[in-house]
Amino acid sequence: MTVYASLWRHLPGPWPVKVICCVVLAMGLVALLFLVVFPWLDPRLPFNHVTVSAALVAT
Amino acid sequence: MSGRAVVRTFGEVLITAGALLLLFVAYQVWWTNVVANRAVAAQTNRLLNQFEHPPPGLGPGPSPVEPGQAFALMYNTALGDHWNRPVVQGVTLADLARGIGHYPQTAMPGQVGNFAVAGHRATNGEPFAYLDRVGRGDDVIVRTDLSWFVYRVTDVSIVAPTDVDVIDPVPGRPGAVPNEQLITLTTCSPRWASYARLIVHGVLVATSPESAPPAAVGGG
Repeated sequence: MTVYASLWRHLPGPWPVKVICCVVLAMGLVALLFLVVFPWLDPRLPFNHVTVSAALVAT
Repeated sequence: MSGRAVVRTFGEVLITAGALLLLFVAYQVWWTNVVANRAVAAQTNRLLNQFEHPPPGLGPGPSPVEPGQAFALMYNTALGDHWNRPVVQGVTLADLARGIGHYPQTAMPGQVGNFAVAGHRATNGEPFAYLDRVGRGDDVIVRTDLSWFVYRVTDVSIVAPTDVDVIDPVPGRPGAVPNEQLITLTTCSPRWASYARLIVHGVLVATSPESAPPAAVGGG
């Protein structure tokens, strides 16, 4: 059984309630990504360096 | 696990990875701009209020500046008639996410030496998104609590990220004693990558008091 199928099976209630639960879970996940994970990841990726510095990192 | 389950799980992993990558792109090109533009608007309002209604007892000469503090506004008619952005002390990523960053070891606006700043070309408010439109002869105007400084662009170049001598007091001549008031803008090049730096140099051509803005930004 795959992850998304088992998630769907374990959510309680009739299908409209399951849909609402899925939307709430997805929104929580996006918030976690945008507010915690991506801000942590961003400076570790080599895309946004705009300063000149002796070492090859953004100072 | 059956072969079909393996294939399904593999498919789910790929779909999840794709969704995460798309979300990260949305974060970069949309959300960082939302956050940065909010900070830029708040600082611009505070600076305009401070410049137009200076606190009593403000002495001559530039006020001391704390790290992370917005202390100037930059105008550039080549980037738009109403283009302006706050200049923040420091070039950490946190500083650059709130405006244009001033290399703290370099001169302040109007001082002899090199007033050097950095700004994002893409994401985080992207103040220098279209810096490549700025050419020789264009004006970069810096407004502080006491003065307007008009710098005229003299040179545009693309250099390696390690070419730190572009922000020296005399660019390209480390250790030389400056006798001109210069400005240097740095950003990444090409716009969506970071393997080179776009550099704009300028020289001070006019100074006027806060009460007399230059013609390019609506003064007489």
